[in-house]
Amino acid sequence: MPVLIRWKDDRAEAAEDPFTAVADEDPIPRGDVIISLQRFQAEGQRLLAEGRKVGVRIEPNEAVEDLARDLPRLSVVALAFPKYQQGQGYSSARILRERFGFGGEVRAVGDVLREQARFMVRCGVDAFEPADGSSPEDWTHVVNRYRHVYQRAADDLAPAYEERQAS
Amino acid sequence: MYRYDAIDREMLADRTAEFREQCGRRLAGELTEDQFKRIRLMNGLYLQLHAYMLRIAIPYGALTGVQLRKLAFIARTYDKGYGHFTTRTNLQLHWIKLKDAPDILDHLAEVGMHAIQTSGNDIRNITADPHAGATADEADDPRIWAEALRQWSTFHPEFSFLPRKFKIAVTASPADRAATKVYDIGLRLHRNPDGELGFEVLVGGGLGRTPYLGPTIRAHLPARHLLSYLQAIMRVYNRHGRRDNLWKARIKVLVASLQAEGFAREVEEEWEKTDKAAVDLPDTELARIRAAFAPRGFETLPATSAAFEAAKADPAFARFARHNVKPHKIPGYAIVDISLKKPGETPGDCSAEQMELIAELGERYSMDEVRVSYEQNLILPHVKLDDVAAVWKALHGAELATPNRGLITDIIACPGLDYCSLANARAIPIAQAIARKFEDPALAEQIGELGIKISGCINACGHHHVGAIGILGVDKKGEEFYQVTLGGSAEAEASLGQILGPALPAARVPTAVDQLVEVYLRERLGGERFLDTFRRVGLAPFKEAVYAGAH
Repeated sequence: MPVLIRWKDDRAEAAEDPFTAVADEDPIPRGDVIISLQRFQAEGQRLLAEGRKVGVRIEPNEAVEDLARDLPRLSVVALAFPKYQQGQGYSSARILRERFGFGGEVRAVGDVLREQARFMVRCGVDAFEPADGSSPEDWTHVVNRYRHVYQRAADDLAPAYEERQAS
Repeated sequence: MYRYDAIDREMLADRTAEFREQCGRRLAGELTEDQFKRIRLMNGLYLQLHAYMLRIAIPYGALTGVQLRKLAFIARTYDKGYGHFTTRTNLQLHWIKLKDAPDILDHLAEVGMHAIQTSGNDIRNITADPHAGATADEADDPRIWAEALRQWSTFHPEFSFLPRKFKIAVTASPADRAATKVYDIGLRLHRNPDGELGFEVLVGGGLGRTPYLGPTIRAHLPARHLLSYLQAIMRVYNRHGRRDNLWKARIKVLVASLQAEGFAREVEEEWEKTDKAAVDLPDTELARIRAAFAPRGFETLPATSAAFEAAKADPAFARFARHNVKPHKIPGYAIVDISLKKPGETPGDCSAEQMELIAELGERYSMDEVRVSYEQNLILPHVKLDDVAAVWKALHGAELATPNRGLITDIIACPGLDYCSLANARAIPIAQAIARKFEDPALAEQIGELGIKISGCINACGHHHVGAIGILGVDKKGEEFYQVTLGGSAEAEASLGQILGPALPAARVPTAVDQLVEVYLRERLGGERFLDTFRRVGLAPFKEAVYAGAH
């Protein structure tokens, strides 16, 4: 099984990935799967009824709002970053976490590099398929590098203005 | 003026440590130039024609003496002894070695400066009215809000990988010295009839290949909701802005495609769903920032100064007083413009020695404040009228007293093909040639207010679209040509220039400007500026003068 980086309790750890990412043209294998939004809309109910775990892959131009009703039954939302410049997923992650209160895994897939890790974690992404060979140690290092933040996001870090008030 | 506290300083320290490590990986060959590019671009480091260029942020154009001295030190130690102030109130150093970049960032951090988000597809350095805190016509101090935006936009987790770069300008004066109509977001702070502070929010202005003046999407946003409303705008843009075509990726294209009303609707819908209290700054933090900008140390002085009036017996000083000295909100004080546009020099360039002198003058005569304007000049915002003559004398000795603020020789120009890998043509030599033609200060004064703006390529860093005379460098089969536009303005009554005619070869440009000026002087009525005359008589007589006999 491919290895994931999972972000938990302020650090990264390597984790086995129990999910199979399934391309639209491929048949659905047994076990837990991550499928496209389109396929989920066609086959999702059946797959969920089979009792397996289902994740949905959201492309940059797709709206996470389309998943709103199904979120309670989804295990994973995989946000696609085909190129690192395609930053729509940062907004999608925050909406999933902050607006819909999604508690499952939010995974970043695609051109996912160490330089984006901190931004992604702050937006609520908690699983990664790094494209640059980064280790969990690298990931922990870059995400925890900064001691402060200036704005609230999907994580629980207190922004600078709250730190100042507290001191 | 806002001083960085322990948190701000630790942010910079963490940033410089990160960049040092990243540079180390590049220098050790662990990263290719291509992989490194996305990293260095987030730190204001560009690879240009001859060397690396470092763009240092000057938030809302405000500098202290210590900061300006540090910039002088860096220019002298790590560059060729000078720097270039840009139309975004940043300072560019054009001859940087990669191995020095981390040390430079450390030096900057020592004085609360940085190069954060001076490049990349993120929210860039926030600009504001350079007369903030000194002008009588402002509804509030725009720096308070610009500083709030600086913090909010720094390392924003959601908005650091936008479709394209993103620029925000703030003004609180109807005179609009921040060019808010040509920004991705322009914020015009004012009070409504009930006396409540709020922002007129303009979105989707911009220059570049397709220039637009930003439409207003909200006439009066209560000031306290600035951050949540901006989050809504940025989110709509981040989700729906185009990423398939570099030339259509700016927010202006999205706003144009949805129309201002449609875009505003999307923003309002998003904003409705936003937990505003989680995003907007608490009153305590706003009060903390406000206190940092509170006026202090002004003396009670008579409104006029005998020393100032007496010094005008020197015609050179009198001319400087007419063009480079502006009224201040406090009686007995003045705003003094330092021109970085001495004819023959590169617009916006400033030597290390000049920076040090200006730092000293700022400390001694201007309450330790120096400002940078988007016109690529510097400003001493709080000078006692009694001291203006002494300041002028010191500036004069350093070739910084050119009395041309707003005149034909106060030319905006981007670095152009002399430095920039994007440019099609040179901008600096054109600016120099035009300025030399009009270097007689009496002639420049006779012509009056006339903004010439020159860009070396369609990216329009020299703001040519909003020049009363705009000049755009184009490449015609390997030769530098220049397209002239007339009638642009970035100020309160903003307008985009109209194309005069076919592009001209470089050697023809100064003559053409001369011909345009002749038409203006012939046609002008009363106290009309070039722009007023152009708006009244239209393009035809100007075109006729430049192209007659050219066929």
